[in-house]
Amino acid sequence: MRYLPKSESDREVMLRQIGVKSIDDLFAAIPPEYRLKGDLKIPRAYAESEIVEFFRDCATGSAQGYATFLGAGAYSHYRPVVIDSLVSRGEFFTAYTPYQPEIAQGTLQSIFEFQSMICELTGMDVANASMYDGSTGAAEALMMAARLTGRHKSVVATSVHPEYREVIATYARYQGMPISTVAYGKNGRVDLDALEKGIDNETAGVLIQSPNFFGTIEDVAAIADLVHKKGALLIVSIAEAVSLGIVKPPVEADIVSMEAQSFGVPLGFGGPYCGVMATKDKFVRQMPGRLVGQTLDRNGKRGFVLTLSTREQHIRREKATSNICTNQALVALMCSIFMTVYGREGLKDLAKQNLAKAHYAAGEFKKAGATLLFDGAPRFNEFVILTKTDPYAINDKLLGQRIIGGFPLKKFYPDLGNASLWCCTETTAKASIDAAAKEVAL
Amino acid sequence: MNKKIRKATTHISQNEVLLFERSSAGKKAYELPPLDVPEVDPATLLGAQARQDLGHMPEVSEVEIIRHFTRLSTWNYAVDHGMYPLGSCTMKYNPRVNEVVARLTGLAEAHPYQPERISQGALRILKMLSEQLIEITGMDAITLQPAAGAHGELTGILLVRAYLESLGNPRKKVLIPDSAHGTNPATAAMAGYAVENLKSNAAGMVDIASLVAQVNEDVAALMLTNPNTLGVFEQEIHKIAEVLHAKGALLYMDGANMNALVGKTRPGDFGVDVMHLNLHKTFSTPHGGGGPGSGPVACKKILEPFLPSPVVVTKPDGTLGFDYNRPKSLGRVRMFYGNFGMHIRALAYIMANGPDGLRQTTEDAVLNANYIRKGLEGAYDLPYKTPTMHEVVFSDHIQSQKGIKTGDIAKRLIDYGFHPYTVSFPLVVHGAIMIEPTESESKESCDMFVEAMKDIAEEVEEHPEFVLEAPHNTRISRLDETMAARKPILRWKPQSEAAGK
Repeated sequence: MRYLPKSESDREVMLRQIGVKSIDDLFAAIPPEYRLKGDLKIPRAYAESEIVEFFRDCATGSAQGYATFLGAGAYSHYRPVVIDSLVSRGEFFTAYTPYQPEIAQGTLQSIFEFQSMICELTGMDVANASMYDGSTGAAEALMMAARLTGRHKSVVATSVHPEYREVIATYARYQGMPISTVAYGKNGRVDLDALEKGIDNETAGVLIQSPNFFGTIEDVAAIADLVHKKGALLIVSIAEAVSLGIVKPPVEADIVSMEAQSFGVPLGFGGPYCGVMATKDKFVRQMPGRLVGQTLDRNGKRGFVLTLSTREQHIRREKATSNICTNQALVALMCSIFMTVYGREGLKDLAKQNLAKAHYAAGEFKKAGATLLFDGAPRFNEFVILTKTDPYAINDKLLGQRIIGGFPLKKFYPDLGNASLWCCTETTAKASIDAAAKEVAL
Repeated sequence: MNKKIRKATTHISQNEVLLFERSSAGKKAYELPPLDVPEVDPATLLGAQARQDLGHMPEVSEVEIIRHFTRLSTWNYAVDHGMYPLGSCTMKYNPRVNEVVARLTGLAEAHPYQPERISQGALRILKMLSEQLIEITGMDAITLQPAAGAHGELTGILLVRAYLESLGNPRKKVLIPDSAHGTNPATAAMAGYAVENLKSNAAGMVDIASLVAQVNEDVAALMLTNPNTLGVFEQEIHKIAEVLHAKGALLYMDGANMNALVGKTRPGDFGVDVMHLNLHKTFSTPHGGGGPGSGPVACKKILEPFLPSPVVVTKPDGTLGFDYNRPKSLGRVRMFYGNFGMHIRALAYIMANGPDGLRQTTEDAVLNANYIRKGLEGAYDLPYKTPTMHEVVFSDHIQSQKGIKTGDIAKRLIDYGFHPYTVSFPLVVHGAIMIEPTESESKESCDMFVEAMKDIAEEVEEHPEFVLEAPHNTRISRLDETMAARKPILRWKPQSEAAGK
C-alpha cells in the first residue's frame, strides 16, 4: 500500500520487539466472534491514475461550461489563483488546531488576521475563528442570545434562508427554545408591525438576514431599535459576504452570523463553507467557537495563542457554550486570502460590479415582460421575478443553452407561485443575461 | 540583538508583520475585467444602505500576499514535516491525489442547487461513499450531512431522541464515561439530555456493575468511545450493548478512534446502534489547521427513518436524486449536503486502499502504538497496563517528582523535531501523555521518537530547568497565555485606536 512506510521485515522486527508472534495478537482484545474473517466488501485498491480517471468522469457534465444565475445561499465568484496556491501548502493544510503555539504561529497569526478583517467588515468588536457554516452559526447565535438575556424565545424572519431555518428548528427543538416567525412585507423587507407584535418580554433573540433570501437589504437600524426597545438582541445573518463591500454593515446588531463562502471558497456542491460569528466586546464570553488572542513570549516578542477557552467543551464539558470542536480553519484561510487580495478598494469595486450586473439583469427581465417582485427596497446581487411560465420550464430551456436559470421559489415559498430568485455576480456575462431575458418573457 | 535588523535570530525564516502593518493606500493585488453592463451609482441604488468606506481593510500587492502567507506557513509544524502523534486526532498522511480530485472543476464549481440532471457525478460520489462507509462500519444506513465529529455526535443523539420519542418517551439522560471527549457531554446537553458520569474500572474500561446499576428507563443512551481514549478496546462491548438494550436504551459509539478498527471488526456487528465517523481522522481528509472536518453518522435500520433530510436515492428512471419527503426525519443539521469536498477526499482514500490496504493501515497503526509503548515502558509511567490499540497513554508521574509536567515534556519534544502528543487528556489520567503515532510513521521515525522521549526523561533527571524552559529552538519562546485571557486582544487595531482604549 503506497501510503504505508513499512516493509514486511520492519513489521516482523517490530512485532518481535513488542514480544508477540503475529499482528493478530495485538487485536486479541477484540472478542473473536466480532473479528472480521474476510475482506470488507468494497472495491479493490485503485491505482492513482484510476482514481483520477474515476473522479474526472464524475466531474464531467457538471457545472463546467455553464453560466449560472443561482445564488440562494451559495455564490459563484471568481477565486484568485493565489488562494489555492497558498492553502495547498502542506504547512497549512496538514496541521491541526494550534494547541502548541510555538509551532503554530502561522495558523494562529492568520486566524488573528481573519478575526480582525471580519471585525472591520461587519462593524463588530470581536469575531471567532469560524463556525461550520452560516446555517449552524445562525442557530448557535440564537442560543447565545438566550444565554445572554436569560430569556428563551426566538423570532426568526421568514426571509432568512429556508435551510438555515430548518437547521435552527433542529437545534432549538431540545433547547426549550420556541421559535416564532415574522413575515416579509410587500417590499420584501421584514414587516416591522408584525415584528413589534411578535416580540414579547420572553424573546431572547431576533434573527434576520440582510441581504435577505430575496436579495433585499433590510433596514437594520430600524429593526434594531424595535428589538432593543423590547430588551431582546438582534442577530443579523449575512449569506452573501461580498455585499459588505458596498452595503452598510449591520453595526446596530448585537451578533452578526455570517457565511463567508463568497470570499474565495469553491461552491463545491455545498461545502465545506465557512461560518463566522462576530459580536460586541461585552458578549464575548458567551460566544461559541475558538478565539485567537495576542500576547507576548518570554522575551517580550509578539505572538498569538488560542484563548478564552473556558467557554469551550474540552474545559467546560456539558456546561460549554457549544459542543463545537473542529471548525473550518482552512476555509477561513481561503477567506482571509480573498479579503486580502481585494482589500479595502477591491471589495468595493467587486461589490459594485455585482450590483451593476444584477441591476442590469433586473431591468432587462422587466423589459422582457417579467414582473419584478419586492421592487420597493434596495437590493444587492439577487432579485425575484414573477413569470407567467413555470420557472422550472424556463430553466429547462435555458439548460439547453448551457445556462443554469434562477432558483424557483415555490420549493420553499409555495405562495410565491412562479416566482424565482436570480443572482448575478461579477462572473455573469451580459450575453448570458440577454439570453436569459429572452426566455423569462414567455 | 541588533534592534535595527527585524529578523528572527534563531530561525531561518523572516519575521512577518500583520497584514494591516504591511498595508498602504493605493497598493493592490486585483484587477477586475471591464464592466460589460452600464455603471451604476451605489448611492442612488442603495440610498441610506450604501457603505461609505471599508475601515482598515488591508491594501497590499500580490507578491506581498504570497510572501506573507508563505512565511506564516513556515512557522507551522505539520504532518508533512514529521511525526504528529497528537492522541485522539489521528494525524495521518493526507494523500495528494485527494486534493487534486477535490479541485476538479466539475466538482469544485458545482452549485448545490444546480439541477440533479447535471449533478449525477456528485450524487454518485455521495452514494458510493455512503455504501462503503456502511460496509466498513457494519451499519445499515448513513447521513453525510454533519460537518464535523461533534456535529455528528449531535446528529446521532438527536437520532436516538427522535427514535425514542416515536416510541412515546424521549427519556432524560445520557451516560458518558469519565474518559470521554469533552464534546460528548456538551453534545448531550445540546440535545436536551442530562449527563450522568460513568466511572471506569481499574483496567480503564466501562465497569459493567456500575453500568447495570445506572441504566434504567430514564437512560436514552450510552455514548462510548471504542477503543476508548486510553486506547483500550472495550472487551465487554457486547455485554454493554445488552445491558442497554435490555432497558430500551441505545448504544452510541464515538468513532473518533475508528483507525484502530477498520477492516478488523465492525461496530455494527458488536452491538452499536449509532455512531459517527471523523473523515478527517480515519479517512485522511486534511485537518487544515483546525478544520474543515466531516462527521457522517451511521445507524441501524430502526433509526433510518429519522435521518436528516435529504438522502440520496435512486429514482425510478435509474438516475440519482435527493429525497426530501421524509416525514419522520429529525430535520436538517446543516444547509445543503454537508462538507462535500471532504466526501470526495474520503472516497479517494478508500479507493486507494481497497480492503487489503484498509486492514493493513489499521494493523500498522496498532503496531506503531504498541511499539512505542514497549519502547517507553519504564522511562514513563503507564497507568493502565491493559492492551493498547492505536494509541497509548502514559503519565508524567515519574517526571513530576522533579517538578516537570506533561506540558513541559511536550515543549521539549518540539526541540527534537516532533509535534507533541496530546497533553493532559484523558482527564482520568493525571498528567496524561497521550500518543497516537498513526500508520503513517515508519519504524525509523518511531525509533527516533522513542529516543527523543527517553532523552527527555534523562534530561528531567539531570537538568530539569532546561526542560522547563523549552522549547529552545523555536522562533518564539513560551507564550503568556494568562495575559492573553486576562486582557484579551482579539483583533488588530491601528495604534492610535489601540492606545485610546
